[in-house]
Amino acid sequence: MDFIIDLGRYMADHSAELIDLTIEHILMVIYAIFLALVVGIPLGILAAKFKKLAPVILSLVNILQLIPSIAMLAILLLYFGLGFQTVVIGLFLYSLLPIVRNTYVGVREVADGVTEAGKGIGMTPFQLLMKVEFPLSIPFLMAGLRVAAVIAVAVATIAPYIGGGGLGREIISGISFQNDIRIYAGAVPAAALAIIADLILGIVEKRTKKRFAS
Amino acid sequence: MIQLKNINKVYEDGFQALKGIDLTFEEGKINVLIGPSGCGKTTTMKLLNRLIDYTEGELTIDGKRIKDINPIDLRRQMGYVIQSIGLFPHMTIYDNVAAVPKLLKWDKERIATKVDELLKMVDLDPEVYKSRYPNELSGGQQQRIGVIRALAAEPKIILMDEPFSALDPISREQLQDELVKLQEDIQKTIIFVTHDMDEAIKIADQIILMRDGQVVQKGTPHDLLTSPANEFVEEFIGAERLEQAKGLPPMTAFVDEDFPYATITQSVDDVISLMVTHKKDQLPVVDAEEKYIGIASLYDAVRSTDKPLTELVNRKIIAYRRTAEVEKFVASKDTIAPIIEPDDTYIGVLDQELLLEKLHEKFGSKSGVTS
Ligand SMILES: Nc1ncnc2c1ncn2[C@@H]1O[C@H](COP(=O)(O)OP(=O)(O)O)[C@@H](O)[C@H]1O
Ligand SMILES: [Mg+2]
Repeated sequence: MDFIIDLGRYMADHSAELIDLTIEHILMVIYAIFLALVVGIPLGILAAKFKKLAPVILSLVNILQLIPSIAMLAILLLYFGLGFQTVVIGLFLYSLLPIVRNTYVGVREVADGVTEAGKGIGMTPFQLLMKVEFPLSIPFLMAGLRVAAVIAVAVATIAPYIGGGGLGREIISGISFQNDIRIYAGAVPAAALAIIADLILGIVEKRTKKRFAS
Repeated sequence: MIQLKNINKVYEDGFQALKGIDLTFEEGKINVLIGPSGCGKTTTMKLLNRLIDYTEGELTIDGKRIKDINPIDLRRQMGYVIQSIGLFPHMTIYDNVAAVPKLLKWDKERIATKVDELLKMVDLDPEVYKSRYPNELSGGQQQRIGVIRALAAEPKIILMDEPFSALDPISREQLQDELVKLQEDIQKTIIFVTHDMDEAIKIADQIILMRDGQVVQKGTPHDLLTSPANEFVEEFIGAERLEQAKGLPPMTAFVDEDFPYATITQSVDDVISLMVTHKKDQLPVVDAEEKYIGIASLYDAVRSTDKPLTELVNRKIIAYRRTAEVEKFVASKDTIAPIIEPDDTYIGVLDQELLLEKLHEKFGSKSGVTS
């Protein structure tokens, strides 16, 4: 009980710093997710449209996901050096799999009758993609986005090892100073962020599902 | 006119789905492709909008080789209705119906007017349904939207691949009736795939019966019913339908040519006295060229003697072709059946007493009723 009161007092005293760290944390995640969407959606679409490319693309992003996060960040460190951008690139690579895979599944799942109708009324392949296939894959994409965001929020806590910031800084300082309170002061908001991201994106996902249900 | 000459289709896996198809789809008519599952109906239909290309032969539309027409343009000029309906689930009914006009870049107002008009045509109130999504409609309503989506850009040709077979029997019959009624106004060249013989008989002007990638017989429903080409056709049509068809000759056999009729230029008073002298309460009305226009009824005439005959004529009462089956009249609710030549020239009306006699002969004996 005392511990919780101490933690509360510490967090209140350092609220300005903690808020800054939280914002930084969120920013890293947003940049990474944004990049993952920009790269992942086209990759997912390519995989869905070209049967031969699908295994190549999907196994590549799968492998990325399998690399342990510390190892991944270490490798990136070799190429990009210390800093914010290296963290963003790392998080981006982690977020890629759920986005690519869900876009792929979403486009593939569009009912045959619907794509046939689109073709049959004279849509070009590009129009079919933009007006029918991609919009109908959005509920799947939203589910992927949700998973990606939660992963990114969690992985971002190790950012300070490669020169990034965010709530991980508080956790890592806590570890080095053997200060439990500081560890929790970083971990609790980080966990809260993950939960909030999950909840909000969960609601968005449900909405899109309702809207696009056939 | 759509002509297929000696068309072969071999799929990539080497399977020959079509073997030497020779066909003409009649313009402005409902052409029904029928046959057992896997006989090549869908393949034949998809040749027409180039979702499938044939491997040999020649397919022309109005004399133009289909392979010289850009497939995208071709599809936009052709309605397409499929069994799974295929409405776009994320688009409103309005956007679904407007899909092709939008691709053709019609201006907004023209699209809006067209969508309203089409929804009204299938008895769906635009104000209620325009902003709904497909999943908020019943299956029958969804396929009505499917049909009007195909009509939206005013195509001359409409392809329908088993459009009603996934619907419940009641909606199916309704949509069949509506299609027949609709076709009287729109006069499109319709290619309609089905495996249901009753459906074919009901809606077809021309039936094309296929088997194993070949055409076995083509002709009017009456042709097939009265002179099936071989055992396969007989079997496909079914003994019961053949038996029914045998008894009753076509409309021609029942024409009452002496039935009085009026000419559109006559005065209403003249028409009334004509009815009175002949003791008739309904008269067919023809134009100066003896083409059938509609029916004038005594009831309407006496109520508005000051109006010209043109306004009194009920144009909704359809006339039957000379070659039509009498069953079509028996199934309708009309009380008078004008009979016309294919070019609409009036011949006479159906002699209902004679029909009753024949029906009695045919069914009376069967059911044990004696007179
Ligand atoms: N893409 C394809 N590749 C190989 N065979 C096909 C293909 N599409 C259809 N077929 C075969 O061609 C035949 C005719 O098919 P289809 O035209 O769809 O028949 P239906 O009369 O039932 O509409 C069937 O035996 C079917 O299995
Ligand atoms: Mg078929």
